[in-house]
Amino acid sequence: MAEEMSIRNAYGNALVELGRENENIVVLDADLSRSTMTHLFAKEFPDRFFDCGVAEQNMMGIAAGLAACGKTVFASTFAVFATTRCYDQVRVSIAQSHQNVKIVATHGGITVGEDGCSHHAIEDLALMCALPGFTVIVPADAIEADQVIRAAAATHGPFYIRLARPKMPIVCRDHYNFVMGKSVTMRGGGDATVIAIGIMVERALQAADTLAREGIELRVINMSTLKPLDEKTIVKAAEETGAILTAEEHLQHGGLGSRVALVVAKQHPVPMSFMTIKDVFSSSGKGEELLEKHGLTATGVVEEVRSLVGRKS
Amino acid sequence: MLSSTGKLNNIPELVSSASHLAAGVASCKGVALTGSMEEMKEKTRTLRRHIINMTERAGSGHPGGSLSAVELVTALYFHVLRHDPQNPHWPDRDRFVLSKGHAAPVLYAALAESGYFPVAELLTLRQMGSRLQGHTHMLTTPGVEMSAGALGQGLSFGIGNALAARLDGRDYRVYVLLGDGECNEGQVWEAAMAAAHHKLDNMVAIIDRNRLQIDGWCCDVMNTEPFPEKWRSFGWHTMEVDGHDLDQIIAALSEAKTIEGKPTAIIAHTTKGKGVSFMENKAEFHGTAPTSEQAEQALRELE
Repeated sequence: MAEEMSIRNAYGNALVELGRENENIVVLDADLSRSTMTHLFAKEFPDRFFDCGVAEQNMMGIAAGLAACGKTVFASTFAVFATTRCYDQVRVSIAQSHQNVKIVATHGGITVGEDGCSHHAIEDLALMCALPGFTVIVPADAIEADQVIRAAAATHGPFYIRLARPKMPIVCRDHYNFVMGKSVTMRGGGDATVIAIGIMVERALQAADTLAREGIELRVINMSTLKPLDEKTIVKAAEETGAILTAEEHLQHGGLGSRVALVVAKQHPVPMSFMTIKDVFSSSGKGEELLEKHGLTATGVVEEVRSLVGRKS
Repeated sequence: MLSSTGKLNNIPELVSSASHLAAGVASCKGVALTGSMEEMKEKTRTLRRHIINMTERAGSGHPGGSLSAVELVTALYFHVLRHDPQNPHWPDRDRFVLSKGHAAPVLYAALAESGYFPVAELLTLRQMGSRLQGHTHMLTTPGVEMSAGALGQGLSFGIGNALAARLDGRDYRVYVLLGDGECNEGQVWEAAMAAAHHKLDNMVAIIDRNRLQIDGWCCDVMNTEPFPEKWRSFGWHTMEVDGHDLDQIIAALSEAKTIEGKPTAIIAHTTKGKGVSFMENKAEFHGTAPTSEQAEQALRELE
């Protein structure tokens, strides 16, 4: 079993360190600071932390107002509440004025698990990618999350960063270097490419091991920056491997798969397949059980790639 | 193109030049700009004529809720606000947040008359390529503090401004203008709760209580009474004024500066469409521009 680390702890710790380096950083939460881990920042910098209570619309407005006065604002809550609950506020108060607000949403996807479909953010990436000017990032593990948070703090403009609830296996090892807007090729291969985000990166790497034993060399790309998309690497993968699979913990419309398909269709059409949650809301269950229910497993990747390779001309 | 606009030629030139305003700010930081009462009354007539001309030329827009707020905006821009039209991003400026973003014409008129941009530009309202968007947009118009248009968002934005003042040790004040129909929005009350929670005595909410919203009288569409009691119960120092009486408005804004430990709400009783007989108390002029004939009549009434 691979080493696991909490991606939310990585966020909370990074915030504290950034708070020490930069007194312009202000953090907001909506009554979930012990879950989002912003309470670590609140403890050390009580004057620069504002708990907005269960009022996400107001939180996003306050974030915009602080940013308009020169603050670098991090606003956190669960991904469902950070997006669908206050989308109009994010759209008008933050996006249309290109405010320097970093929405760091925890508990993204279905791995929230037992809380059920009201708490599963499965459309958040489509919504946030739809807003002009937003940068949208899904880190694959705690190490990448730490780098992403620092990069966001150093870059002006609105960000949506989606973190997962469960601990995640470490995949970004050694000298991993996150660069905004650039994907990272985690494993080389010439027979097919899987482009993955979040928890699916580790599953894709597992699948690549299995497929290698069958003689299929799978290229694995971590497309953590969903917007702006690293089009160059996608086109190169299409040209060199001739088949692309995408894998994400999100609905099929408007997420990673849709975005990659736009690039492939226009610039270098090749057979594609998409591992997503189909057009349904999920249900209560353990995170792992839900991933399995929706086919988001390493075995699922293996099967999709086998089928995809068969479609190559 | 802009200078050849017929109607604009009738509009008096700026009473106070922008450079005069800038010099005043530089020499007396912390002291409000003061226009005489006569100058301000003349300014209200000027702003009303601008609103009619702008919306008539655009063929669309929101004259009713702009006209109701003329005295409120005049008192702020020509007497109360500490601002510098030559330096719209001056960190110590008072913030005026127009939450009812559809009242853009009255704000644009006040900004132009203050010297943020040429008065002639007002007639580009809502046109392709104009800096004067249909609803306020802070990235396109000098002096506009917040992008609005979807109702209910300004008070929250103002709280952010007010908290930043506190964090930075700055003494600027934040004024947010809301509509009374706008107070149907739940976010307004989330923000009302939060401003009182944080004891933001550097913040004033002014509610343009013209009693009309798009579908009719507020009390019929969605009754917000008892309105002052709502603000009081949320923890605001609450006053009521005649929103067309400059003396009362200025007195209330002065009183607000003396209040400690809580934000101030000023409920300004106004008449939608104020100053134009056929627009007064008419919900249909919320979002309907005057025809050229109507505009001519309105301008005669506003001479």
